[in-house]
Amino acid sequence: MNTEIRKLIADHARLAVDVSTLADDASLYEAGMTSHATVNLMLALEASFDVEFPDSMLKRSVFESVTAIAGALGELQQA
Amino acid sequence: MADYRPGTPEQAAFLAELVDRRLLLQTSVPGLYGRGEGFEEVFQRVSELVTRAGAAESPEQMRFPPLLPRHDLETVGYLKSFPHLAGSIFAFDGSEQDAGEQYERACQHEDWSEFQSMTELVLTPAACYPVYPQIASRGKLAPGGVTVDAGAGYVFRHEPSGDPARMQMFHQREIVRIGEPDTVLAWRNLWRERAISLLRDIGLDAQFAVASDPFFGRAGRMLAASQREQELKFEVVVPIAGPEPTAVASFNYHQDHFTAAYRIEFDGGAVAHTACLGFGVERITLALFRAHGLDRQTWPEEVRSRLWAA
Repeated sequence: MNTEIRKLIADHARLAVDVSTLADDASLYEAGMTSHATVNLMLALEASFDVEFPDSMLKRSVFESVTAIAGALGELQQA
Repeated sequence: MADYRPGTPEQAAFLAELVDRRLLLQTSVPGLYGRGEGFEEVFQRVSELVTRAGAAESPEQMRFPPLLPRHDLETVGYLKSFPHLAGSIFAFDGSEQDAGEQYERACQHEDWSEFQSMTELVLTPAACYPVYPQIASRGKLAPGGVTVDAGAGYVFRHEPSGDPARMQMFHQREIVRIGEPDTVLAWRNLWRERAISLLRDIGLDAQFAVASDPFFGRAGRMLAASQREQELKFEVVVPIAGPEPTAVASFNYHQDHFTAAYRIEFDGGAVAHTACLGFGVERITLALFRAHGLDRQTWPEEVRSRLWAA
């Protein structure tokens, strides 16, 4: 799952650095991900993993890092 | 078309009083008003009150028409965040025969939109928008950046409502700060405090609130949550016509949203940020009439002396 997440981050998060240099728990915001880029990443994750983030998950912390995103997706896929 | 939002009974009653006293001049479209003599006098005083409050910073003065090049609206991504509020200018594009047909349909008040084409213009949705391309056109910023007083500019939001405080076209008394991130943030916080004092001094029950913009759709909910979490937008709210207090001023920290779009940066390449503050002049005027009564001659002396100070 993390490999796919990293690919989507590379395509949509418009980071100031190469995502492959970041640890799974590194902050994507500190790496330069803007609010608008977060929205693009969110929509790409939904399309790719066939899930829909509920309103309660539409907040910054859910998209903070590869680990946080994987956790949220795991929660949605179990539901 | 945007749905009409009826006012609450309290809002409808306040609007009826304002129209009856010829403070607001009603038109056939909800949210579009003229300003009567009494309203206009207070309106000008409110705008001047803000001018006096900001004078010490010696801001550069700029004034713009209520139209924006369409290209600029596209550059800043407005249609992604607020597609539901934007207004674009269309104009006739066709043959003499088309003109005749358009006229016939217009006489019957039928749909004549097929003879219209998009122009290079849109209605200005926020009074700070024309400022950024001007600053960008000058090249690199000098240390300290720049403060711009954009006056009281007309802005458009397509949201027809029966609440007199929710107009489709209204004035934002706007000041913009472009500079180093720390400078811009400190400026915004300073003005937040200044605005609360300013409004309390004219007898308004001004309160501070962390706010978000009315972004569109699900992506918008994400943007709004993000804006709140980062405390990028503050508002000052005052009671006008319930149930909730109404925002009469906003203080917005855009980070690099506009400077990235227009490549505004310092000499040497350091990042510049922007913030703006906007006072809703009509809303503050309405709040004054609500708080002190519709006859401005009977307002408390302390309020009158502050507004009619110069």
